[in-house]
Amino acid sequence: MTLNDIRPGQRCVVTGVTLKNSLRKRVLDMGITTGTTIYVRKLAPLGDPMEITIRGYELTLRKEEAKGIEVRKAV
Amino acid sequence: MQNSTALETEANRPIIALAGNPNCGKTTLFNQLTGSNQYVGNWAGVTVEKKSGIVTVEGQKVEVIDLPGIYSLSTYTMEENVARDYIESDEPSVIVNIIDVSHLERNLFLTLQLIEMNRPMVVALNMMDVLTARGDSLDIPTLAAELGVPVVPITASRGIGTDELMRVAIAQKERPAPRCFYRTKLQTALEKLAELFGDVPCPMMHAAGYFDEGRSFVHSHSLPEENLAEMDAIIEEYMADETMDRDMVISAGKYDYIEAVIHRAVKKAPLPEISTTERIDRIVTNRVLAIPIFLLVMFTVFFVAFGPLGEWLKGVFEYLINDVVIAGVNTLLNSAGASPLVISLVVNGMLAGVGSILSFLPQIALLFLMLSILEDSGYMARAAFIMDRLLGRFGLSGKSFIPMLMGFGCTVPALMASRTLENNRDRRLTMMITPFMSCSARMPVYAIIAGIFFPKNTYLVIFSIYILGIAFSLLSAMLLSKRVLKGERSTFLLELPEYRFPVPKNLWLHTWDKVKGFVVKAGTLLLVCFVAIWFLQTFDFSLHMVENSADSIFGHIGRFIAPVFAPLGFGDWRIAMALLAGIIAKEAIVGTLGILFAAGEASIASLSVPLAAVMSPAAAYAFMVFVLLYIPCVAAIATLFKEMKNLKWTLFTLGYGLASAWVVSFIVYQIGSLI
Repeated sequence: MTLNDIRPGQRCVVTGVTLKNSLRKRVLDMGITTGTTIYVRKLAPLGDPMEITIRGYELTLRKEEAKGIEVRKAV
Repeated sequence: MQNSTALETEANRPIIALAGNPNCGKTTLFNQLTGSNQYVGNWAGVTVEKKSGIVTVEGQKVEVIDLPGIYSLSTYTMEENVARDYIESDEPSVIVNIIDVSHLERNLFLTLQLIEMNRPMVVALNMMDVLTARGDSLDIPTLAAELGVPVVPITASRGIGTDELMRVAIAQKERPAPRCFYRTKLQTALEKLAELFGDVPCPMMHAAGYFDEGRSFVHSHSLPEENLAEMDAIIEEYMADETMDRDMVISAGKYDYIEAVIHRAVKKAPLPEISTTERIDRIVTNRVLAIPIFLLVMFTVFFVAFGPLGEWLKGVFEYLINDVVIAGVNTLLNSAGASPLVISLVVNGMLAGVGSILSFLPQIALLFLMLSILEDSGYMARAAFIMDRLLGRFGLSGKSFIPMLMGFGCTVPALMASRTLENNRDRRLTMMITPFMSCSARMPVYAIIAGIFFPKNTYLVIFSIYILGIAFSLLSAMLLSKRVLKGERSTFLLELPEYRFPVPKNLWLHTWDKVKGFVVKAGTLLLVCFVAIWFLQTFDFSLHMVENSADSIFGHIGRFIAPVFAPLGFGDWRIAMALLAGIIAKEAIVGTLGILFAAGEASIASLSVPLAAVMSPAAAYAFMVFVLLYIPCVAAIATLFKEMKNLKWTLFTLGYGLASAWVVSFIVYQIGSLI
């Protein structure tokens, strides 16, 4: 399962990052690392990008990019 | 002797470099410290803005450098490279790392990277009030002990604690003591790597860099092969029982340490309230309301700058310039017995031209003020979030929206704002279409022309030109992204900062900076341009004063190029000349029309009869369309070239604009003439 499958209002935990190159480094440095909890807050009015809460701040990313973040549903 | 002493003091002057995440209050702190005593330039070789200023701390002059706002010191963006290289150089005496404590976890990531750089360093804790309001509490001594560097709480927006921060900073000569951030096994591996790097200024940074990037890590290129082989073996041994990917280990390790530090130093409120930002966002980025609110905000910006308030201020300025200054100078020169040539040069050439430009100053100031409010309040990022999907359909990024919006103010800063786009293709595309967003300097042309030819629907006509500009830029983006600029759209990783009340000092400094640039332009480049135009239209090729400006040098050049515009409905040589002058600066179009048609006075009253004699309303509309699309001013062309760093693309952008302007104006005129 990847981050783009998570519906707004749900929580998930990062299990891996399959993005490449500079985006990968950026995602890691901004705190999306294995084991981190992500809360999917909402989708933009036109359905994309998505807004997530991670490590206490709000980040937006496109669904396309969210496909590169592997997650499992948090209990 | 005195000179050499002065030089020496300057060379020995301590330099404080401010480093921190975007939105951490770094620029606010910089503005508080330096006030209007700041200098904006560029970092050598790159198009990243470099701001510096002089501050006096305990009688000593200190230089403060504002590094670009970054999330990390990796080497993937221009901003990160600039910051990293500068911190690594010997130039800064001390690094001041500003932290937004309300986002402590992410902010501390950069802090740990900075500590690894092993430079004298002080941490400034900003936004303590936000943390406290949330009901959390931060134990400052514990945090200082964990980080091993001095920590000073400040409130940058109100200037609280900034003096103390500067005192601590200039006293800080020590490099941070070696810290152990990582779990023992990783720490041991990194220490071994650091040792193999030999005598380098920041061994742990090198070790972490090599762990992340392996042999592509720049600083490893000079190492002998046996060291590299040994390092690879150490990493391989560590990775044997690690489940994470290799390049994730260091980042995750830092975040693990940060979590532990926060656990020890921060007491979180038991039940966190819903934050104000979240409450505002429930409305502002709401599925249904977001787009109406966005349109309302855009309309408000437009209305404040160009509506009654802006118009009234403009009227006041016009009165002061025309009826007080110009009339006064005219009387003064006449009574002093100056020759008609001198009076003509000063009154018609210099003052009338520059004056007509300066009367737009209030509107430009208001526009930049509104844009700074949007930026500083945090709305700009939301607007990009809301617009991304829509702009995506045209091959643009949500971030393209910011340069496009700024394009309504001035194309020059708008082109510079395209730096927020990381991907080259997106940047280029955004820069190519930004000139079609009608800059405020083009406003006077529409105001005069629409005022003369469409007196009943002036605002509607002006609005339609703006809409045409937006539509044409989007259409061009779609066309160019499919046919000319191929490749993937850039990524969209954008922080939504907390909503904040803009700091008045920031707004004022930002607006002042832009207004100053405009006045300087009017006083120098445009003044020269107006004098040159006056000269060209007062003399003929044998340098005799002419009775009728149609016989002047200007008249001849104008007549030579004018036929090109005949199919567009405005083939008069004077209009051709005004368009040529507009390449030097768009403001010059109105001034030139005034000089050529109405003896220097550029107003609806003075121009309506002579212009109506040479243009039909359809031609007038086509003329406005041409002004909207053709070529940006010299300053914008120079910026375009500097930002694109590519002559071919710069010329393509100019050629595309010129061709589009001709074709669209032609269509508009031909259709308009039928109606």
